[in-house]
Amino acid sequence: MKVLVPVKRVIDYNVRVRVKSDHSDVDLANVKMAINPFCEIAVEAAVRLREDGKASEVVAVSVGPKVVQEQLRTALAMGADRAIWIETPETPETAGLGPLGIAQLLAALVREEQPGLVLLGKQSIDGDNNQTGQMLAGLLDYPQGTFVSGLELGDEEVEVVREIDGGLQTLALRLPAVVTTDLRLNTPRFIRAPDIMKARRKPIAHTAPEQLGVNPAPGPRTLAVHPPEPRAGGRRVESVGELVEHLRQAQVI
Amino acid sequence: MSYQHAYRESDFVLRHLIDFDALCVEHGFEGVDLELANTLIDEAARLGAEVLAPLNVVGDREGVGMDTHGVVEAPGFAAAYRQFAEGGWQSLMVDERHGGQGLPNVLNAAVSEIWHAANLSLALCPMLTEGAIDAIAEHGDEALCARYLPHLASGEWTGTMNLTEPDAGSDLAAIKARAVPDTDGQGYRISGQKIFITWGDHRMTDNIVHLVLARLPDAPPGVKGISLFVVPKHRPETPGQDNGVRCLSVEHKLGIHASPTCVMAFDDAWGELVGEPHQGLAYMFTMMNHERQVVGLQGLAITERAYQQARLYAMERLQGTRRDGSRVPIIAHPDVRRMLMTMKSGLEAMRALVLEAAAERDRACGAHDAEGRAHHLARLELYTPIVKGWITEFAQELTSLAIQVHGGMGFVEETGVAQHYRDARILTIYEGTTGIQALDLVSRKLLADEGAGLESLFVEMDETLAALGRAEDETLAVLIGPFAEALSRARQACGWVLREAGADRQLAGAVSVELLMLLGYLCGGWMHARSALAAFRLLADGEGERAFLEAKLVTARFYCEHLLARTQGALTSVLAGATSLMALDAEQF
Repeated sequence: MKVLVPVKRVIDYNVRVRVKSDHSDVDLANVKMAINPFCEIAVEAAVRLREDGKASEVVAVSVGPKVVQEQLRTALAMGADRAIWIETPETPETAGLGPLGIAQLLAALVREEQPGLVLLGKQSIDGDNNQTGQMLAGLLDYPQGTFVSGLELGDEEVEVVREIDGGLQTLALRLPAVVTTDLRLNTPRFIRAPDIMKARRKPIAHTAPEQLGVNPAPGPRTLAVHPPEPRAGGRRVESVGELVEHLRQAQVI
Repeated sequence: MSYQHAYRESDFVLRHLIDFDALCVEHGFEGVDLELANTLIDEAARLGAEVLAPLNVVGDREGVGMDTHGVVEAPGFAAAYRQFAEGGWQSLMVDERHGGQGLPNVLNAAVSEIWHAANLSLALCPMLTEGAIDAIAEHGDEALCARYLPHLASGEWTGTMNLTEPDAGSDLAAIKARAVPDTDGQGYRISGQKIFITWGDHRMTDNIVHLVLARLPDAPPGVKGISLFVVPKHRPETPGQDNGVRCLSVEHKLGIHASPTCVMAFDDAWGELVGEPHQGLAYMFTMMNHERQVVGLQGLAITERAYQQARLYAMERLQGTRRDGSRVPIIAHPDVRRMLMTMKSGLEAMRALVLEAAAERDRACGAHDAEGRAHHLARLELYTPIVKGWITEFAQELTSLAIQVHGGMGFVEETGVAQHYRDARILTIYEGTTGIQALDLVSRKLLADEGAGLESLFVEMDETLAALGRAEDETLAVLIGPFAEALSRARQACGWVLREAGADRQLAGAVSVELLMLLGYLCGGWMHARSALAAFRLLADGEGERAFLEAKLVTARFYCEHLLARTQGALTSVLAGATSLMALDAEQF
């Protein structure tokens, strides 16, 4: 069974994010980028399925300009067999793509590739939309299991454990299905140096929205980006009465 | 305290000072480029930060143990080492013929900074293995290479270097360990005692491959009678069986507590000769010259670790109150700035020099003609005592400053910064003390070619000075004066030693360390000047991260204004010569 794993290029989670001085966007120039941590978990899960003999091929896919090949190479180094790069001139957000547009592109690719399972991160740590997987399942009319922390792949079904409010929910989904991964599904492996070298020789196929016959729906427009207000210094009050007075003035009680 | 690799710094040096992509194309590293290098560095940084670094303090507190079966390494070290070995990190620069990945030395150096910064004690083990691989690959025959190298390259076995004996330290001519041909004609039997053997015993792997210096029965006296042997803990054909190699005890040390420093006994142990008889010392030196550069790298790494801790503390520790009542982090205080700038500028000079020197090995190995090879080899050999001597001495001051930034808390072991200072202390001693490096510099690098190799380096510095002038920019112009003066002092000092050394036999030894330090600071200044030029060009082209590049210019200025001043002190001392230094009778001390 083929497993398709979409991955996103995001700012490395260790980097302190800065806003451009004109407030048009987050500053991405010369910032260390990485594969989105939730996507990394999805790649790890897919590679383990193949290593356990439950999947036959792992295909990583990413949407964006040429630089997203770096994240596809990471997925290949982790163990994906091949990769597909859907080229857009700029980052999806700058190119006006939102979760729906990405889901449309992925849906077209799924129709071509016919994977038995699509594994995605539940959300990316930049946009935090948490929509692409759900929209993809909707467009394909596939069953979906989201926020998954357990995964058992069978021939006809996939059993998933979902992290929901108040506990865990176990679902059996008919294949093909869309599954999005939560943080606790696995801990991604340390990549071996020789695998990084081998990944250079694995194929990355190129395609584009026009080739997939998709005119993606426009995403939300970014009007302005502002950093959070820096925390103002606290002050000491003399009595409870004074504290209550201040809280009243601040209209929080 | 957590550790994060300074990836922007290594990227800057590899990209703009080394021109890594061009080096790979020119010197035959097909398919290797900076993108691959940075991917490897990123992944190594993750392993270093998440697995090796948290064990650093554990190793310091727990140290190593001994029982009847030998050394027990510190808790968690075996599992961490396994992850390192399984990751294929041992063999980055090992030839593909021997099971390695054939990557450039300079890339291996950039990656190794991470291991040594994360956990100096643990990183010593693969460092020694790397040296053993080097020596066997360079001097062993094919059968020997086939028997040992794949196991060493995979990290399945580790390697050691057995030189020192109780009476043979810096003076290896006094070595007493004996080797006699085995009665069955297959190999040799080695007997003797060796001390200060780093990672001489442990249980992290099934076997340990010792490289041992010993004398054959017909050996001429002195250094010309020393041969090099491979002596495994267990013979490859009889795994697990005793081969007469034992660790008798481990030393209690000031630092690197988790690195077992062993007294080794070889009792009729079976071994194999490496290369030709009586050539052992020369063979050992191919290994040693590489190790010396790596010890310089350790100086950089431990300073980076200490600096990160000091920087964080300086930003968080509040002392003093502003008029508006807000508290002041100590990084606002000028003297704390002085310490942090000294560390930051020193570190950046160290890293650039370490990587520049490491790249010379790639340039030499991949040279297209004999002339190019000779040029880069000479430069590599010239850098070796400077990298080893200057950087490790400087690391003493900088790790000490990291404690000073912490004030009283720095002196408290729980803070963790004292460990770096203690761990750093060995660096000026092992693989040849600073005194030995300085003698090597003066006798083999300066006097031997009458200063030709150094002058060719100075000429390249002249070119950098000219480039600084051509830029006609204020941020670069401020570097010119201090750098030109330091360069002229170096020429003066070298010229004086060349003129006077013949007449005064004590002179070279007396002034050598000061000369080494002068040249070290000068090389650091050259690295800063080149960094500043690169940063200036990038800023002019509107490329790169502005704040980072502007900081490069300021850091270079600080180094030139404050640290190059030290070259004057060194010159004054050199020119004072040996007179007062040697004037007292030994009884007068």
